Amino acid sequence: MTNEELQDLIGSWFPNPETDKFSEIVEASETEGSSEEALEPSKPINPSLLEFTQEGSQFLNINVNPKQLHALMNQLKSNEQTNFDYLFCLSGVDWGEALGVVYHLESTTHRHTIVVKANTKDREKPTLDSVYNIWATAEFHEREVFDFFGIKFNNHPNLKRLFLTDDWEGYPLRKDYVDEINMVIK
Amino acid sequence: MQETTIDKSFKTEPYQINMGPQHPATHGVLRLVLTIDGEIIKKVEPDLGYIHRSIEKMCERDSYQQIVHLTDRMDYLSSHINNEAVCLTVENALELEIPERVKYVRTIIGELTRIASHCLWWGVMGMDVGALTTYFYGFRDREMINDIFEETCGARLTMNYNVPGGLMFDIHPNFVKRTKDFIAHFKTKLPEYDRLLTENVIFQKRTKGVGILSKEDAISFGATGPVGRASGFSCDVRKHHPYSALDKVTFNEALKTEGDTFARYQVRIQEMWESLSIVEQLIDNIPEGDFRVATKAVIKLPKGEFYQKVETARGELGVYIISTGTKNPYRLKFRSPGFSNLSLLNHISVGGKIGDLVATMATLDLVIPDIDR
Repeated sequence: MTNEELQDLIGSWFPNPETDKFSEIVEASETEGSSEEALEPSKPINPSLLEFTQEGSQFLNINVNPKQLHALMNQLKSNEQTNFDYLFCLSGVDWGEALGVVYHLESTTHRHTIVVKANTKDREKPTLDSVYNIWATAEFHEREVFDFFGIKFNNHPNLKRLFLTDDWEGYPLRKDYVDEINMVIK
Repeated sequence: MQETTIDKSFKTEPYQINMGPQHPATHGVLRLVLTIDGEIIKKVEPDLGYIHRSIEKMCERDSYQQIVHLTDRMDYLSSHINNEAVCLTVENALELEIPERVKYVRTIIGELTRIASHCLWWGVMGMDVGALTTYFYGFRDREMINDIFEETCGARLTMNYNVPGGLMFDIHPNFVKRTKDFIAHFKTKLPEYDRLLTENVIFQKRTKGVGILSKEDAISFGATGPVGRASGFSCDVRKHHPYSALDKVTFNEALKTEGDTFARYQVRIQEMWESLSIVEQLIDNIPEGDFRVATKAVIKLPKGEFYQKVETARGELGVYIISTGTKNPYRLKFRSPGFSNLSLLNHISVGGKIGDLVATMATLDLVIPDIDR
């Protein structure tokens, strides 16, 4: 599927309740026969709860609210048209304000690729849902993210430090991590 | 006759034993905590981080030219291909037009790297299951490739031959001839490998039906490279996302469906034949031209996100760069093939014996610095 088709399909899974109001307004104003420019709302309403963007990336990106993350991922894998069965990269990212995880997905049957991003602004207790029961590879990758970014994954079967020792303080790949002994900063 | 009573206080229970971190079969500093019942494996838990250097954090402070050098130290047996991955990401982000000559040379050396890596794997694989001769044969042939590299790059293992924009220097005048000599030599040696080890009855009994991985599990665990392909997962990046000169050659993706240790072995042997064929197709046609295009001394990637995948000797290596437009990446993630391949070790070795685990690990072909990045 092309990125546009993917966007239409995936967007329709999570409709924005605000959209219905918008379409009602459109219908009501159409009967009044007003011009199309007047219909443009001051702030465009996204028809889906998901945010799609292709800016600055070679793939289609989806920003998803952590609440919908697991449901979206489950659907991306199990839906026959999308069938994203291969999670080829799972990276933790410290965006500064928020902490997040970036999932790179590919379908081995349709050969299309998509990127899903979930962020949480809670830097004290960042929590996201685990996707290990959708893709087995996530178990180790999520442990790595927990180790280096301190993001906790709900329902993870074995969430503990992977590379660092259990008594290590802090999460080294966060931007605000300080280690005066081991880190060489130019 | 007195009835014998069994003392219930004597019962067997699973116990834990360490395999590694200093164990010859782990090929590096990997510690496996085995839960075993007698000799039957109940659980394998890898304990990582003995040689973790946090390359990803170092990359956030380094320039793009410097990052290339760090990638040698991940999977040191695919160092050229790792370098290429970073260079391709940077070049694609900058939309640089790379000379054809560079593409050809990169692909040839990449495939030679793959053969060298598989030679080493083949030697060590035999040794792991008790056949010492293979070790010397494998290293003998790998030596010829290392000599070619030494002449052209000045280094034998951590080559650093790629730079963003091309190659560090042009190929040595002897490069083409020596590569052809190697191909002729290795074509007589590969059948010898088969006669010595592949057709060996003891070896087949050690490997057939051991450590079976299904296709669904291979995809779910993100198993790539020969491990994924032995289970029927068509995952060759060279086929699906060709880079450098790989779109100019024809080759078969080595695929098997059995998914056991022997299938993984066969896939690697076949890959060596395919790599020879790729090198043969390119070696006489290296175009004339520049070996490098000029880049700025300070490379700044445009704002955005860039992903590039390449096929190393172990599988799919991904480079994910988030750039904010400065001279350093904001975040750089290496998706290393070894890390994903290790994660399925528990899944395929439970229920087998410790001896089987050694054979299984040999065909996963783990390089520990690739896991402990």
